Amino acid sequence: MSSSTPDFSKPSPRALLQFYRGQFAAALGFNLAYRGMVALWVLGSVMQPLVLIVVWQTVSEGRDTGMTAGQYAAYFMVSMVVSHMTFIWHMWEFEWRIRSGYFSPLLLRPVHPIHHDICENLSYKFVGLVGIIPAAVLMALIFGADFSGASWRSLIAFAPALLLAMALRFVIEWCLALAAFWMTKVASLNQLFDAFFLFLGGQFAPLGVMPEWIQTLSFALPFRWSIYFPIQVALGNITGADLWIGYGMQPSDRSGRGRVATDVEARGLPTTAVERSHACLHR
Amino acid sequence: MPSPLKIAPTFASAYRTGPIPRRFFLGVVNAAVQFATQMLAITIVFNQTESLGGWSREDLIVLVGVHAIVSGILGMIFSPSISSFLESIRLGTFDFLLTKPVDAQLLASVQSVAPQSTVDGGGSGHYWLWSGTAGAGFGLVVLMFILLLLAGLCMVYSFMLVLASMAFWFVKLDNIMNIFNVMFGNAGTWPITIFPAWLRGMLTFIIPIAFAVTIPAQALTGALTVGNVALTFALAAVFLTASRFFWRFAIRQYTGASA
Repeated sequence: MSSSTPDFSKPSPRALLQFYRGQFAAALGFNLAYRGMVALWVLGSVMQPLVLIVVWQTVSEGRDTGMTAGQYAAYFMVSMVVSHMTFIWHMWEFEWRIRSGYFSPLLLRPVHPIHHDICENLSYKFVGLVGIIPAAVLMALIFGADFSGASWRSLIAFAPALLLAMALRFVIEWCLALAAFWMTKVASLNQLFDAFFLFLGGQFAPLGVMPEWIQTLSFALPFRWSIYFPIQVALGNITGADLWIGYGMQPSDRSGRGRVATDVEARGLPTTAVERSHACLHR
Repeated sequence: MPSPLKIAPTFASAYRTGPIPRRFFLGVVNAAVQFATQMLAITIVFNQTESLGGWSREDLIVLVGVHAIVSGILGMIFSPSISSFLESIRLGTFDFLLTKPVDAQLLASVQSVAPQSTVDGGGSGHYWLWSGTAGAGFGLVVLMFILLLLAGLCMVYSFMLVLASMAFWFVKLDNIMNIFNVMFGNAGTWPITIFPAWLRGMLTFIIPIAFAVTIPAQALTGALTVGNVALTFALAAVFLTASRFFWRFAIRQYTGASA
């Protein structure tokens, strides 16, 4: 690392706070200005749970799958909210950023680019809620969602579960996005990752109706903890010791950032993608 | 009528975005992930039940295969062309397309080709192998299937064209195709018959997913009714005509890059 490279590892907390305030306001302004775009994305997030409610309610007609039609509706409604709140698209965007050169101005700033992306991501989720919440209410009413297990206590337990899930998924997928520095086409990789969320995270179906091997595998991987766990906490299906185990699993380094980051470092590749791009810029 | 030779050079665009063998390889990887995802989804559902609204496991595999063929064709010609078209409106390069001695709608619809998408369509051959109904009948059934598939494609194409024509008013519309893909990718892989009436109506007449996938699939699974066939062909004609009129109306809004 040359001495001219700024040190991204230790920005002053005060400067960072100021940066967050400004960047978040700018990102919020952007999302409000392009609210039509946000609305279209939100419509996209509604589609999958909507279709899956129909599929699973059809399956549960006249047979016992362990869940009633109302419980399926509640599950997928909460799944929509959790998926929206944990959603991150940067793994699709990095390829474009690198190819088009849009990354360069972000890297020239004396702040790690992840802070810019966090602001962008949070502001989108915030603005998107304006569409997601009414959609969730409508979905619950139309499909007769059954929230009998949920209570104030489960809602309070849901808050930290959701926040940890947001952080977990953001960190993992942001690390995954860094793959675009080495690979020119990352769409296949991203698609595979989405499939993991679909099955191991429980977006396609409650893990309880999935095959045994998927359920077992899901405990060791981060997908369950970023989607399925918060859903079940909100519905009041996870309480007591299991709740605390889940909270513990969510930030565990093994299942999150640590794995990806150390993997990248172990191969003798530059410690951070930022430095690598700086090397490219200075060449 | 423009001669096919005049459009042929536009197919040269196939070489624009990189070496073809590598893109085919990535196409194969994509198709494999897609295939595994859909087979796993069907397996999970049919672990719980023997019939999904009257559709057996084999029927559903046929349906998913039809979906793959339709997305392959859309992804090969129409999606890349419409994307180029949307971009050219924003950049003003649509002017050049208008000066060519071929109908602008035709050119806009086939100007870019992504050959790697043929893998999606070709890969769907797997579905027939997996499916128990493969080889159940040839001749008339297959002919009917192809005709219905073409009619369905006409409708989906018309719908995409109308959506894209909105760009004459709104200019920046890249996301709208995304929405179509999300709708088609999610709702299209399940039989339209399981949806509640209000949603079925939407997916039939507003976003014509039913006709593009479910009805051609029914031709192969033997669940077709005469009424549905007639309706499909009639609606295909209506959609094509309507989208043509809409295009001609919309293009008048184009002010050009130099105006």
